[in-house]
Amino acid sequence: MKIVVLLKQTFDTEAKISLDAGGRINRQGVNLIINPYDEYAVEEALRLKEKHGGEVTVVSVGEAQVQDALRQALAMGADKAVLVSPDGVEVDEYSTAVILAKAVARQEYDIVLAGWRAIDDGSAQVAARVAEILGLPMVNMVTKLEVNGGRAVATREIEGGVEVVEVPLPAVITAQKGLNEPRYPSMKGIMQAKKKPLEKLGLSDLGLDPAQAAPKVKILQYFLPAARAAGKILPGEPAEAAAALAKALREEAKVI
Amino acid sequence: MSGIWVYAEQRNGQFKKVTLELLSAGRKLADRLQQELCAVLPGKGVAGLAGTLGEYGADKVYVLEADALEHYTTDGYTNAVTALVQEHRPFAFLLGCTVLGRDLAAHVAQRLNTGLFTDCTALELEDGQLVFTRPIYAGKAFVKGVCPEARPVMATVRPNVLSVDPPQAGRTAQVVQVAPQVGEIRQTVKEVVRQESTRPELTEADIIVSGGRGMKGPENFKLLEELADVMGAAVGASRAAVDAGWVPHSMQVGQTGKTVSPVLYIACGISGAIQHLAGMSSSKCIVAINKDPEAPIFKVADYGIVGDLFEVLPVLAQEVKKLKEEG
Ligand SMILES: Cc1cc2nc3c(=O)[nH]c(=O)nc-3n(C[C@H](O)[C@H](O)[C@H](O)COP(=O)(O)OP(=O)(O)OC[C@H]3O[C@@H](n4cnc5c(N)ncnc54)[C@H](O)[C@@H]3O)c2cc1C
Ligand SMILES: Nc1ncnc2c1ncn2[C@@H]1O[C@H](COP(=O)(O)O)[C@@H](O)[C@H]1O
Repeated sequence: MKIVVLLKQTFDTEAKISLDAGGRINRQGVNLIINPYDEYAVEEALRLKEKHGGEVTVVSVGEAQVQDALRQALAMGADKAVLVSPDGVEVDEYSTAVILAKAVARQEYDIVLAGWRAIDDGSAQVAARVAEILGLPMVNMVTKLEVNGGRAVATREIEGGVEVVEVPLPAVITAQKGLNEPRYPSMKGIMQAKKKPLEKLGLSDLGLDPAQAAPKVKILQYFLPAARAAGKILPGEPAEAAAALAKALREEAKVI
Repeated sequence: MSGIWVYAEQRNGQFKKVTLELLSAGRKLADRLQQELCAVLPGKGVAGLAGTLGEYGADKVYVLEADALEHYTTDGYTNAVTALVQEHRPFAFLLGCTVLGRDLAAHVAQRLNTGLFTDCTALELEDGQLVFTRPIYAGKAFVKGVCPEARPVMATVRPNVLSVDPPQAGRTAQVVQVAPQVGEIRQTVKEVVRQESTRPELTEADIIVSGGRGMKGPENFKLLEELADVMGAAVGASRAAVDAGWVPHSMQVGQTGKTVSPVLYIACGISGAIQHLAGMSSSKCIVAINKDPEAPIFKVADYGIVGDLFEVLPVLAQEVKKLKEEG
């Protein structure tokens, strides 16, 4: 079974966000990780390979430092990686999806796994766009996956419950928390990862003219939220404080 | 390229609150642009709901009725909605940022080769352009953007951030029945399991009572449920409580859980890690109950009680009940 995973490198969830002199998100000194949902996707790919045999390819669009995230996926057990650099061209979710779809189309695949959302500036749409471009059915926010006889049966999270959906392969499946617990790379895995193929491509290698991947949206401004004003600590014994809180919520904050 | 379109999301004949929020915001935009406000209502046996959409401001309701649309499937809804949008070419198409809205919007946007802003917390009209604001890095920053050329301009809007204007009894919308182009549906829904709850949906709730590791065990969530029930609130949790297996992941609030913006958020036994704050810091009023005065949650709280939640919660439930009974 040939499995492709779409992997984005994101800021660490602890990262403090500031703006640089140009008013953009400051990327200096920020710890970078594999997007947590994509880590579930990598893990699921490895489990599918362990069960059905085959090969796992991780694909990413990003700059050179994304190699670290790809090496980490290789160390977990993926077989090869592809990094497409947009060469400094401005991209949005549409552009990213166009580039990813081109890169995936060069691979053989029975299933494409992705995260349901990137936790940085992600907007839960790249995977769906890739599915549309490749003409593949998709199941979003999956917490359990079984693949058998050319079909995938996926349990997905919906409001107030879950839904079990079956699709024919090849398909795009996006991972939600709960799908699995990602493994840590072993020492041996880390050593092996250094020798595994990591292909670096530019847009022209994919036969893409930057105009074909031109963004649909335009960013006007980044800004930081206003700090919250200091709050009020309600003094006294628990019962006293609780009574004062109920009163404040009703009379002062007017929220109950 | 005219018309403000709103996706009308309903379940069991009940509209999502965010649909009404979008109609109120859409009505104002439509008036300023002198365009029509249209609602798109797919499903089975839903035509009778069109009246409500009219009362909340829609000029026209496109009803897409088919057996195949009884349950949401990505393909069925994407096919039907895309075909309708392609036929009428509206200026803007807005959906709620719900599980359904997110999935549908992304697929439709790609089919239409247009841009999409997701999880928006504001939209404004500036020089005839719609400017969208959305949180990034889990609310640690915001971005404003436009979709300069591609049409329709598409966005999903976070539930609970826009206000609902009162409905106008007797106001009616023109109802247009459309035979939907459902096409091939590759997703087969085998089973739907819902825990029917009497409490509101977490992402739509006006009040949320949340518990963390300080709850000490699953049985103690009863204390939160009791408080939630007197307040008409939903119950949430931190990741620590979810990872301990006390409550399901669907209750998790935070960067890898749900993003919520209720009027009131009560955090009990939650330290206030940055990943938790990411999911709830846009709440209008935040209350923290924690025995550690140094807990970071107090930095974002409007009201705090430094104390043992097991002593505070039962009294708080009683006091709120008393106030409610007094009216
Ligand atoms: C990639 C990643 C993603 C994450 N995503 C999320 C997320 O989406 N949501 C999330 O919540 N976390 C998330 N986390 C985890 C986060 O970092 C914290 O570990 C978590 O929020 C802690 O939960 P907590 O506040 O319940 O537990 P703790 O930090 O252990 O805090 C428990 C608190 O309870 C208080 N307490 C204990 N007993 C009592 C008592 N009797 N009365 C009153 N107070 C009491 C303590 O003083 C303490 O402040 C994520 C972490 C990572 C690395
Ligand atoms: N630059 C990228 N490279 C590879 N995969 C990506 C990229 N951006 C997004 N994805 C994939 O699409 C998913 C959803 O991302 P997003 O739509 O940005 O929230 C992610 O979890 C990844 O699996």
